[in-house]
Amino acid sequence: MATELKNYNTASAQAQGIQIDPIDEQTMVINMGPQHPSTHGVLRVILELDGENIVNATCHIGYVHTGIEKEGEFQTYLKAVTITDRLDYVSASINNLAYTLSVEKLLGVAPPPRGQYLRVMLCELQRIASHLVWLGTHALDIGAMTVFFFAFREREKILDLFEMMSGVRMMPSWIVPGGLRGDAPEGYFERVKAFVDEFPYRIEEYETLIDQNPIWLERTQGIGILTPEECMALGVSGPTLRATGVPHDLRKAVPYCSYDQFRFEVPIGKYSDVYDRYRVRMAEMRQSREIIKQALENMPDGPFNVDDRKVMPPPREELDHSMESVIHHFKWWTEGIHPPVGEAYVPVESPKGELGFYLVSNGSNYPWRMHVRGPSFMNLQSLATMAKGRLIADVVAMIGSIDIVLGEIDR
Amino acid sequence: MQAAFFGVIAFLSILSAILMVMNRNPVRSALFLVANFALLAVLYLTLAAQFIAAVEIIVYAGAIMVLFLFVLMLLSLGASHALRERGGLQPLVAIILGLIFLASLSAAGAIGTLGPGQATPQWVKNGGTVKAIGTALFDPRLPWLFPFEVTSILLLVAVVGAIVLAKRRV
Amino acid sequence: MSVAHSGSADARRSGQFVGVIFVFIVLLVIAAVIGHLTLPGLAPVWHFLGAHPILNALVKAVVYVSFIALLVLFLIWWERKFAGWLQARLGPKHVGPQGMLQTLADALKLITKEDITPAVADRPLFYLAPFVVFVPTVLTFMVLPLGPHWIAQDLNVALLYVIAISSMTATGIMAAGWGSNNKYSLLGGVRAVAQLLSYEVPMVMAVLSVVTFVGGLSMRHIIDYQAQNGWLILKWPLIPAFLIFLIAALAELNRTPFDLPEAESELVSGFHTEYSGMRFAFFFLAEFANNFFSAGFAVALFFGGYLGPILPGIVWFILKTFVLITLMMWIRWTVPRLRIDQMMGLCWKLLVPLSLVVFILAAAWASR
Repeated sequence: MATELKNYNTASAQAQGIQIDPIDEQTMVINMGPQHPSTHGVLRVILELDGENIVNATCHIGYVHTGIEKEGEFQTYLKAVTITDRLDYVSASINNLAYTLSVEKLLGVAPPPRGQYLRVMLCELQRIASHLVWLGTHALDIGAMTVFFFAFREREKILDLFEMMSGVRMMPSWIVPGGLRGDAPEGYFERVKAFVDEFPYRIEEYETLIDQNPIWLERTQGIGILTPEECMALGVSGPTLRATGVPHDLRKAVPYCSYDQFRFEVPIGKYSDVYDRYRVRMAEMRQSREIIKQALENMPDGPFNVDDRKVMPPPREELDHSMESVIHHFKWWTEGIHPPVGEAYVPVESPKGELGFYLVSNGSNYPWRMHVRGPSFMNLQSLATMAKGRLIADVVAMIGSIDIVLGEIDR
Repeated sequence: MQAAFFGVIAFLSILSAILMVMNRNPVRSALFLVANFALLAVLYLTLAAQFIAAVEIIVYAGAIMVLFLFVLMLLSLGASHALRERGGLQPLVAIILGLIFLASLSAAGAIGTLGPGQATPQWVKNGGTVKAIGTALFDPRLPWLFPFEVTSILLLVAVVGAIVLAKRRV
Repeated sequence: MSVAHSGSADARRSGQFVGVIFVFIVLLVIAAVIGHLTLPGLAPVWHFLGAHPILNALVKAVVYVSFIALLVLFLIWWERKFAGWLQARLGPKHVGPQGMLQTLADALKLITKEDITPAVADRPLFYLAPFVVFVPTVLTFMVLPLGPHWIAQDLNVALLYVIAISSMTATGIMAAGWGSNNKYSLLGGVRAVAQLLSYEVPMVMAVLSVVTFVGGLSMRHIIDYQAQNGWLILKWPLIPAFLIFLIAALAELNRTPFDLPEAESELVSGFHTEYSGMRFAFFFLAEFANNFFSAGFAVALFFGGYLGPILPGIVWFILKTFVLITLMMWIRWTVPRLRIDQMMGLCWKLLVPLSLVVFILAAAWASR
């Protein structure tokens, strides 16, 4: 009847090659994860506790290693788009965009304005969806379960929008080198408009639940403080960096994808604690909504894909009367695209921070090297710095506040 | 029937007391002590001393022993190592003190003020209630008010002392 | 989530609301019928039981344990339903009318599950702990005045008895946390005990404030006082006493915002991490039974217990108790969790001094 279960302690940790040096016998080593409800996947944190106070926190990653980086080198440029979805699986479109921009830089092309605006719209919807997942899980970690359901209710609507456009809810792969896989379907903008009009009330709903709640404030204010210098040293980016008061947003700093044509603000925090990160992300959702609104209002007409037969396949009509188009069509679908020899890195502002794909091309239709600069990986480094001397409950709040997705860490 | 009940409870309480002393695992030892307190409370109940029974459980089994357990668990941290202290003067001192305690208990029983025939059922019934104890403690005509208040001051001093000691270390 | 995201969801939810209200009314009618019928009809039975104390005790124990089990089944269903409404979802829907039998299905699942014992567990403690937690809960029900004639044992020290018995739960939780030999369990057990011990102080003070008014420790005495002088919550020094009682009760019940001992996101499941199957079910049962008891206790102390016009006493009692339980659920599904130092600070720095002040006020008011 009894199932054998091993007890985890300092000795067994050392047997696994993990260095733990308990300060004295009063401390307890506790293994948080990889199976733990609040490690956002399979993060493993080894905590050395004195009562409930944390003496040391060591992160261990690699439990969801997918080999996406290496896999990217064995897929043609077009096929690799679908595996980028699986990196940060709650913001798939933005991963697509980061990869696509690097490929387009290698190719030296850029889609026409409509393509750019559609991309911006998709990415900002995705940013809201990602932040909603963050909000829900973060609140769940702190113990407010209802926020989770409310946040996922709106995320559901965004996923419906993705489904309407691409047929896929979480992994659209709709942004590809050269433009998008297709235009917005009929009635799409009206539905996005309806969402955008409704969303501010929804944000207010979340805020009424948690913003003025004294327990929430107590739990988040003054917790997990990171100075701007520490952030720079650790490579922390995104809302976590902006919460320290550094207005660094790649959409402003190095505008890509025609972000320079949009009016939006970069929300920053002041005290760089968990609460400020929450405030920054809530403000970012509002700004993203503004951007989507502007994209809808100023959506240009015309083509949305690069008019280059080497990059995008010809439209269906042409195949009936043009032999050249048929050849292009065949070559594109079988071989894909052949960027010239070179390397490219285009960072984009993902919901988590700076996301970029470093691609090296040797002229073939496969990238010679693909490296991902994932923001979650860098941001996670800050956990040990933040956690020392705090309580277990704070660690949970901190993990939530830096918004990590393990798929991006263990690529 | 009452005698049988008393016999069972008394036997169990003595058994738990012996197990408490004999057990080498401090946590189990403490848990046997909790059981002992609970059984003692039952004995008080059979003597119609409901207040004492309730207080026995609230104070000893509910608060003090749980604090004991609390400390024991924090210290031994899962590894149930037995108490190592053996030999030395401790058993001798314990035996002597135990004998003195037994002697004083018997002396108290011998010179007690309760005469024969005085403990009628009605007397017992009235003596154990909260009201009777409260009146006894707080009635200025009885000699117990002053010691009671002094005891509370003593406890207050102990609390303050504990805080001072704890604060000094931090 | 296959539940549609279309406009019909709202309509379905309101339809469901009507259904749940209907279920409630049916249950209350049943309770009312029982409350009216039992006493005159079963007088010979009571007479017979009164003559055989041991048999009487056994019958009462069986009746109460089954009552608690049924109550908990219903409570869990109601909690899920209510949480579903608060969280923009439907809650259990498919097993039985309005999903009422869902809990029963879950209970059956728990019974058939494997009873896992960790290899390094302290077996006697590990096996005993769920029952040590459950038994005091059942024992506290003995003094709960469900109706004018529905009180198993009208002790004259009922309040002291409740305080004493409910403090025994801490031992069981501690045994569970320590016996599992799991660090999360241990931390959960340590947290639970610290919390239970601390919040007992303001809770007892709040209860004592009531005692100073009533001048007795018996439940019937308290209800009789309220029958003559109105509900105790209407006496102003007892309003803060009730609030303190409510907060302390939430803490004693390990419910959010005080669910630190079983904080899912921190300690996995706290002291019952290693438990599965029926042993886990006992913790669950004890938790919900305690919830009902705390609410019922508060109703008896502050809201007149079973007193009320027209309807039989037990209906009033259950109605009031459910209102209070629903309030607790509402709190649970709205607020986040406190941190351990904040939880302790709230108790010792705010509630304990406040409860002392309230106690003195109540004593002064009562002895005018």
